[in-house]
Amino acid sequence: MRIALAATCLADAMFPQAPQATVRLLERLGHEVVFPPTQTCCGQMHVNTGYFADAMPIITNHVEAFSPVLDDEWDAIVVPSGSCTGSIRHQQAMVCRTQGNEKLAVTAEAVAAKTYELSELLVDVLGVTDVGAHFPHRVTYHPTCHSLRMLHVGDRPLQLLRAVDGIDLVELPDAESCCGFGGTFALKNSETSVAMLGDKMTNVRSTGAEVLTAGDYSCLMHIGGGLSRTRSGVRTMHLAEILASTRTEPAQPPTVGDPGTDRSATSIEVSTR
Amino acid sequence: MSTFLGMPSLAAPGASRRGPAADQTGADRTRVGDDVPHPDAPLRWGETFPDAARAALNNSQLRRNLAHATSTIRAKRAAVVGEVPDWEELRTAGSDLKVRVMADLPALLEEFEKNFTARGGIIHWARDAAEANRIVADLVKATGETEVVKVKSMATQEIGLNEALAAEGIAAFETDLAELIVQLADDMPSHILVPAIHRNRSEIREIFLERMEHTPEGMTDAPRELAMAARAHLRRKFLAAKVAISGANFAVASTGTLTVVESEGNGRMCLTLPETLITVMGIEKLVPTFEDLEVFMQLLPRSSTGERMNPYTSLWTGVTPGDGPQNVHLVLLDNGRTNALADDVGRAALKCIRCSACLNVCPVYERVGGHAYGSVYPGPIGAILTPQLTGSTGHSDPNNTLPFASTLCGACYEVCPVKIDIPSLLVHLRARTVEEDKARHRPTAWGAAMKAASFVMADSTRFATAEKGTAALRLLAGKKKRVTSLPYPGSLWTGARDIPAPPKETFRQWWASTHDDSPTTPEDAS
Repeated sequence: MRIALAATCLADAMFPQAPQATVRLLERLGHEVVFPPTQTCCGQMHVNTGYFADAMPIITNHVEAFSPVLDDEWDAIVVPSGSCTGSIRHQQAMVCRTQGNEKLAVTAEAVAAKTYELSELLVDVLGVTDVGAHFPHRVTYHPTCHSLRMLHVGDRPLQLLRAVDGIDLVELPDAESCCGFGGTFALKNSETSVAMLGDKMTNVRSTGAEVLTAGDYSCLMHIGGGLSRTRSGVRTMHLAEILASTRTEPAQPPTVGDPGTDRSATSIEVSTR
Repeated sequence: MSTFLGMPSLAAPGASRRGPAADQTGADRTRVGDDVPHPDAPLRWGETFPDAARAALNNSQLRRNLAHATSTIRAKRAAVVGEVPDWEELRTAGSDLKVRVMADLPALLEEFEKNFTARGGIIHWARDAAEANRIVADLVKATGETEVVKVKSMATQEIGLNEALAAEGIAAFETDLAELIVQLADDMPSHILVPAIHRNRSEIREIFLERMEHTPEGMTDAPRELAMAARAHLRRKFLAAKVAISGANFAVASTGTLTVVESEGNGRMCLTLPETLITVMGIEKLVPTFEDLEVFMQLLPRSSTGERMNPYTSLWTGVTPGDGPQNVHLVLLDNGRTNALADDVGRAALKCIRCSACLNVCPVYERVGGHAYGSVYPGPIGAILTPQLTGSTGHSDPNNTLPFASTLCGACYEVCPVKIDIPSLLVHLRARTVEEDKARHRPTAWGAAMKAASFVMADSTRFATAEKGTAALRLLAGKKKRVTSLPYPGSLWTGARDIPAPPKETFRQWWASTHDDSPTTPEDAS
């Protein structure tokens, strides 16, 4: 298949390892991946904060960047993010209509109909659950809210993870609880957000996992930010990174927060031992 | 000056905010826990959500009580909903029925009025809280009584009826156990169904000992002992009452029938023993036909108390000569509902049947409790209902912060028995707030940031240029490879979370260096 990649703005700038892994994975499975270069963002942050008018130029850009899929330029669009897929599928057309642009709404709906979150693409469109990955680590999975309740990806990510060779997949207690990110909620209601984050981190650490994985780097940035602050020893990886990992090309070791050079962390690490 | 509970005095006369239970046992008492004094506006208590949440988050007793109570109810609900094979079909039916009610509301209201009146009931129409309170006070005064018993009712909470009656010299006694606890403590409800959810049993024992007459000697905090003490107290009220005031869960248009769904039997006492029964009900509570109750009687108990069936369901149609109350009144309340009805997205909030399932599953509510929402309607439903009922008084209206009190995690929508898409309504109301600020030409920091971000993010060249700005963050991260401290507003994030050092190479740079030989752009495609 010829698959267009929507890298998402956050991963493009901050977490390129997720779209890179998506490319490696899909190419390994024999597909051609294309990166439409005019893409930027789906507009989710503006929409969810209530700035519909300011979201319009972003949504317009997204729809134009990916509209070649309607001319069969590509067979499908893949997004390594549940919440961005959710925004593309459930919000873009709605916002276009509130702003009086029915034409764009119709195009947005057509593009969205060919847009898939990574686990949806793999399981539903490509029909694979065993992608030939090898990842010999203890892993726990957080089903992000929008993957779970907006896209209803169900256990697709877990089907994919269970098929990974060497993985020690452990269940995350209270997995379906929100981590407290919520986009601008994390700033506007930062204290409530942190209260939710604290409980999520407690559950993550209770599993004894080395790696927390999810299908969305926005949630991983939040939980990972807390796990890093508390020097928990748990790292975060996108689902795509685990699925892209093989014996010959194992996932890169973590580089964040080398404790040897981080004096400020010493006292915390000692006290939590 | 402080009130008798040691709480700061509010602007209005303190007496009007206190329940009769407070007055009957004297004024010189110590404060009980973290009670919230009765506000003058039951739908707008004063603080913004983030400010109120901050205080609630620090209350460890509250956090523990809520975590325990919400997880218990969540599990009960999940178990009884899971055993219904056609639950999703029931939800759809409930939603469709309510959509129809909203579409046909004027005609259905008239049909109900005709049928209720034909059976001897008297209908009163109230545009707002003040009108409704006036009507009820006058009806009670006409009986010559100075005491009334009450069935738990959100509509009367919403209009501050107890306080309005107290100002007229009428004492209203709550008879629902949790509502009694809240009233005795001169507190405010923190949950739609279990208004004293923020209390544990030892706190309740303390409240009873201090505030309730004739508590048995040596009463422990065993639930049965607490319930028996309240039962004895309430029984005296039921037997003496000549007037009762209730809300209603449903009103059947085709028959003129009112319905109260409850668990304790206090409602049945109030609805049958007194001579006069006054019901206050929001105009959205109608269902078209008697058969439609079948759907809601399956949805409501399982969603609210996690029971297959609630213990007491009372239905009455006007007056039955020689049986039950002979003077039957109904106050039909608007109080902002027609404003919500006029909003083609927002009106979905009027489908609500007050089950409170959305509160019990909400991760925000679970952490901060009901008082943080500053309204008698807390939680996810409160965040979409309250601002619509009150409307906005401007940029600094605390109710404008309610639609932002959510991560949009969607747990509320998933459990809602009438399929209210609460996350979508929250986003809709956020946009409404933003538009109101724009219409008032009121510049905000968020508005400026969003506008700037929109300019950058709508164009890949500008976006790629902006991505180079992450180099500054990488410098800041330094050898630690994590950013641990940023100035405000970045501190709102870094106060508790690190930011990893941004990568040296963005994805699009990596792509250009690894896949540049096969550029596929929209231009090339044409």
